[in-house]
Amino acid sequence: MVQPAPRSDRSPWNWLLIVPIVVPVLTPLFNFDSPRLWGFPAFYWLQFLFILLGVTTTTIVYRMTRRPAAPVAPEARDE
Amino acid sequence: MSDHITEIIVFSLLFLLVSAMGFVAARWRAPKDMAHLDEWGLGGRSFGGWITWFLVGGDLYTAYTFVAVPALIFGAGAAGFFAVPYTIVIYPLFFLILIRLWSVSHRHGFVTPADFVRTRFGSPTLALLIAITGIAATMPYIALQLVGIEAVLKTMGVTGDSMLARHAPIIIAFAILAAYTYQSGLRAPALIAFVKDTLIYIVIIVAVIYLPYKLGGWGSIFDDAQAKFDASPAPGDGITLNANNQIQYITLALGSALALFLYPHSITGVLASKNRNVIKRNMSALPAYSFLLGLLALLGYAAISAGVKPLPGSKEGSVDSNTVVPLLFDQQFPSWFAGIAFAAIGIGALVPAAIMSIAAANLFTRNIYKEYLRKDATPAQEANVSKITSLVVKIGAVACIIFLDPQFSIDLQLIGGVIILQTAPAVALGLFTRWLHKGGLIAGWALGMGLGMWMLYQIPNAATKRAHFGGSAFPLSDFGFDTPKTVYVGFVAVAVNLLVAVLVTLVLRALKTPDGVDGTRQDDYFADAGDPRLEKGRHTPDTLVSGP
Repeated sequence: MVQPAPRSDRSPWNWLLIVPIVVPVLTPLFNFDSPRLWGFPAFYWLQFLFILLGVTTTTIVYRMTRRPAAPVAPEARDE
Repeated sequence: MSDHITEIIVFSLLFLLVSAMGFVAARWRAPKDMAHLDEWGLGGRSFGGWITWFLVGGDLYTAYTFVAVPALIFGAGAAGFFAVPYTIVIYPLFFLILIRLWSVSHRHGFVTPADFVRTRFGSPTLALLIAITGIAATMPYIALQLVGIEAVLKTMGVTGDSMLARHAPIIIAFAILAAYTYQSGLRAPALIAFVKDTLIYIVIIVAVIYLPYKLGGWGSIFDDAQAKFDASPAPGDGITLNANNQIQYITLALGSALALFLYPHSITGVLASKNRNVIKRNMSALPAYSFLLGLLALLGYAAISAGVKPLPGSKEGSVDSNTVVPLLFDQQFPSWFAGIAFAAIGIGALVPAAIMSIAAANLFTRNIYKEYLRKDATPAQEANVSKITSLVVKIGAVACIIFLDPQFSIDLQLIGGVIILQTAPAVALGLFTRWLHKGGLIAGWALGMGLGMWMLYQIPNAATKRAHFGGSAFPLSDFGFDTPKTVYVGFVAVAVNLLVAVLVTLVLRALKTPDGVDGTRQDDYFADAGDPRLEKGRHTPDTLVSGP
């Protein structure tokens, strides 16, 4: 049996995930009332926006680090 | 009670529907052999993308969150919005860290985080500490789900004079929950989560569109809230943060995120998914719930604007701020819709309560029963012990609510968040490095626990006039700093924990104290579905009798 190459989950793309961990807790960035958007103070709509930031970065990292299906047994594949 | 009759009927019908689903779930995606902890406690480790999304979403965003976070916003303003950054930060952490726990657990057949620690550090003692911490942190969390249901029942006027009459609905609800969890295991909350989350999404979307329309738009809702906070004497409130509570906001968001992914019930939800891709993909889909939570939190402001007055609490002269959101629905919406909203919160309590009791039961079975009481337990015996323990755990939670002041459960949950964080060096760092010595981890755990408890004990609460356990915001002035700023207790405790773990490790290494044996290999942390399992007798992925 051929020994497969050692696996790893290292990837430079993982560093992108620092963004949604750090940005939402930098309160000086968003602790303001104005400008308001649809009546929401900046404090609130900016944090809602950070949710999208989280979704975008996680999606990018997922796409970029997704494993090729090859090493996975055929019956265990779900896509 | 009569003016709430429509609400009660809608609530009861939906409740009966999910109860039936809970029992049917035993046959959903049924395995050949249910008498194995993998089946009862982890749903066969077979859940795909959608089920995982509903299950983990239903698991992390609990009924208590749904009533307590808006209540916090109602009372204190912006500081309560920490729940949003908290639930943004958590997913990248899951993505990077918990994925490894899934892999190594898949390979070795681990069911609990303590199983992992046991094999990784070769220390049953450390595993026992992790297991006890997990159980102690989870129990009050289950009790709090009952507080969520009670807030709803109270608003519908379902209360009585005697202790038994007042608690009868909760006892019945939990008896049903206990019965179907016993029978169906993790499959029950997984199936019910579909209903719960659908209801919650509908309710919130309607509420955030309809309420501003009735109350004059979001702009005026925020202005009303600001006016209330300007008039109140409390220094920390307002619709934005002030100079003193920003560090608290940051450390609470980070600390809570770390704590949440260490909670046994979150880990149970993640371990039940079938492969790495399912988890990774979910981490970009789960924030949909954070959006929901943020909108829900803002209903606290809508309640201010609508002039909601919370119902009286259990003690004379106190108010139960958890009734704010239920009251808002009761007053602003037609009663049939309020009934749906109440059912959403009530069912929302059942899903996490079921998963939490399963997680606590698994910890007991794997890391106490099998480790210390009966080393040769068969998988069938394990499953059986877990089922019975899940009943005991639920009875304990109900007893907490009936016989103790609910405030006691809230205090315990506050403590729970701080103590579960103390497992971070062993569980989270352990996934990346084996460098820390088991003795160092035990010492760090002990000091972190001690410090955390002491700090919580020191915190008074001016609003409820309590001298101790008044919150998680520790004044930095108590450490001798000349500042009115506050910090989250758990954050400080886990930092000290880690520091001690590192120092003691250095000392033990210098003394050449023997360390435990690492039972895992580097490659185990990247294992995926289809890889052979190491657990005896379970070498291949299970085949399902019915299709997925």
